[in-house]
Amino acid sequence: MAQTVPKNYLDFEKPIIELEKMIEELETFSVTTETDLSSQIGELRERCDSLKKDIFSKLTAWQRVQLARHPNRPLTPDYIEFVFNDFLELHGDRRFGDDKAVVTGLARLNGRRVMVVGHCKGRAVREKMACNFGMAHPEGYRKALHKMCLAEKFRLPVITFVDTPGAYPGVGAEERGQAHAIAENIREMSRLRVPIVTIVIGEGGSGGALGIGVADRLAIMENAYYSVISPEGCASILWKTSERAEDAANTLKLTAQDLKEFGIVDDIVPEPLGGAHRDHIGAARSVRAYLESTLAEFDGVPCGELVDRRYERLKSVGKYLEPAVVST
Amino acid sequence: MVWKRIKKFAFSRKKSVPEGLWMRCPGCEKMVYKKMVEEGQMVCPECNFHFEIGARERVSLIVDEGKFEELFSDLESVDPLHFSGKKAYKDRLSVAQEVTGLKEACIIGRGEIEGKPVVFGVTDSKFMRGSMGSVVGEKITRGIETAVQDDRPFVFVSGSGGGARMDEGMFSLIQMAKTSAALARLHETGLVYITVLTHPTMGGAMASFAALGDLLIAEPGAHIGFAGPRVIKETVGKDLPAGFQKSEFLLEHGLIDMIVNRPELKATIARLLDYLQKQPDESA
Ligand SMILES: [Zn+2]
Repeated sequence: MAQTVPKNYLDFEKPIIELEKMIEELETFSVTTETDLSSQIGELRERCDSLKKDIFSKLTAWQRVQLARHPNRPLTPDYIEFVFNDFLELHGDRRFGDDKAVVTGLARLNGRRVMVVGHCKGRAVREKMACNFGMAHPEGYRKALHKMCLAEKFRLPVITFVDTPGAYPGVGAEERGQAHAIAENIREMSRLRVPIVTIVIGEGGSGGALGIGVADRLAIMENAYYSVISPEGCASILWKTSERAEDAANTLKLTAQDLKEFGIVDDIVPEPLGGAHRDHIGAARSVRAYLESTLAEFDGVPCGELVDRRYERLKSVGKYLEPAVVST
Repeated sequence: MVWKRIKKFAFSRKKSVPEGLWMRCPGCEKMVYKKMVEEGQMVCPECNFHFEIGARERVSLIVDEGKFEELFSDLESVDPLHFSGKKAYKDRLSVAQEVTGLKEACIIGRGEIEGKPVVFGVTDSKFMRGSMGSVVGEKITRGIETAVQDDRPFVFVSGSGGGARMDEGMFSLIQMAKTSAALARLHETGLVYITVLTHPTMGGAMASFAALGDLLIAEPGAHIGFAGPRVIKETVGKDLPAGFQKSEFLLEHGLIDMIVNRPELKATIARLLDYLQKQPDESA
């Protein structure tokens, strides 16, 4: 769980960072010396873009996991700021406390009233501690459910942002019914009578992710991951060492591309070239476009039909053999 | 680690003592007369330790004799991820099948409990730790749908320490949502769902179908929870409280309705079924 992140770029990004630094230096040089270097700079920019395309088209599963955990990756509060207007945060689960690992509130998406629910990891060290690194306690899941029920009462669509290493494995969490809280969320989300759209924006950590992730439409950002177990956890089960997380990441088929192929996720939300962490506004624009068009598809769908379709969607997931019938 | 292995070896040797008249109870460490344990539904007569039992034994303990009609037994697991660690998933499946004599970790079917019709299901802790992959999720879901169609209560005995089965990746995780969604539909019919939590029930099983009973019953001393104790200990960096995540701990924290000894389980379920009958819809 403890990852040391000494620098804010990943090894495979190094050539991009170097080239960008060169461009920046040339730009400064051209301004200070009043020399026209626009053709050289333009050429370098093109080279940089094609380098990004090249690197990002060949990412391994482990590299995507690293991107999903990137220290500069946009977090739920960033999307709240850049995707919506008039956000009004709502607190508390009315039972125990206000878990900051989950943020909830009312917002407008291009005029449309919605309820936003998302994991909150925090960026600065102090913020991360307050948010418990996005690992929710039962009260976080209950807070989410409380707000989703409010949304149902006032017919507001629910948008959830998944970004958690997992639900918190702690003594208090168990004492207050972590499993119960997640189970109840899953059940209630499956029958909530308003549209739910979920986007996995970073880490989709197992049951802790699913606890706010049962939806009519499940999307995942291009460089996010969603997995039944963390690569480190899987590696320590398979090979008795978390050092082999890279192999586990490949084995688990946890990338957006794998999950789309399996039909687990419905859509992949594209990220700006070079990854969401390098362009928060661009990533938010992509998310907003996706949410707007997706929510519009649910306009006028009767809630009974919505819930039936959601159930059928869940029921279709699973691979097994049945004599005479092979499931798809 | 080495010590653990030696202990395990010693234990398994003792278990295979010819004749096998005596067995060591892991609860009180005493040698107990095997026949007495068996006659007591695999409960230690000295200390009330509940041994893990298989899915077939469970069916015969709870469901009226000759009244169990197994359903969906043809469903067979595949290997959608081509998953392989030290051993391939397919090989691990074959081993589990051999050890338990089951095709998968879950058995489901129609049955009667003291004459009351139900749909009854059970997961076997010895089949890949009772973990839920596509087949287990599908069987539970279809079982719940059968309960709705037949207008019968649903009774499930969970022995799913393995949670969502890692080897099937996200297919397993989504089974949590699938089974829970089916339970939401059952809930709306007004039929009762009774869950019996046995040792062990953890992770993705406990965070979905196993926790969603109208009533939660646990056998004594069962390990029940979300996260594994090793992970929790590593995370919090402290020793865990005594009895942490045991049935008694859950009862104390308000997370289950009752703890019932195995020999009283069937009668207790029957009583609950009698109390909690589906009522006519008054809004109609
Ligand atoms: Zn004993």
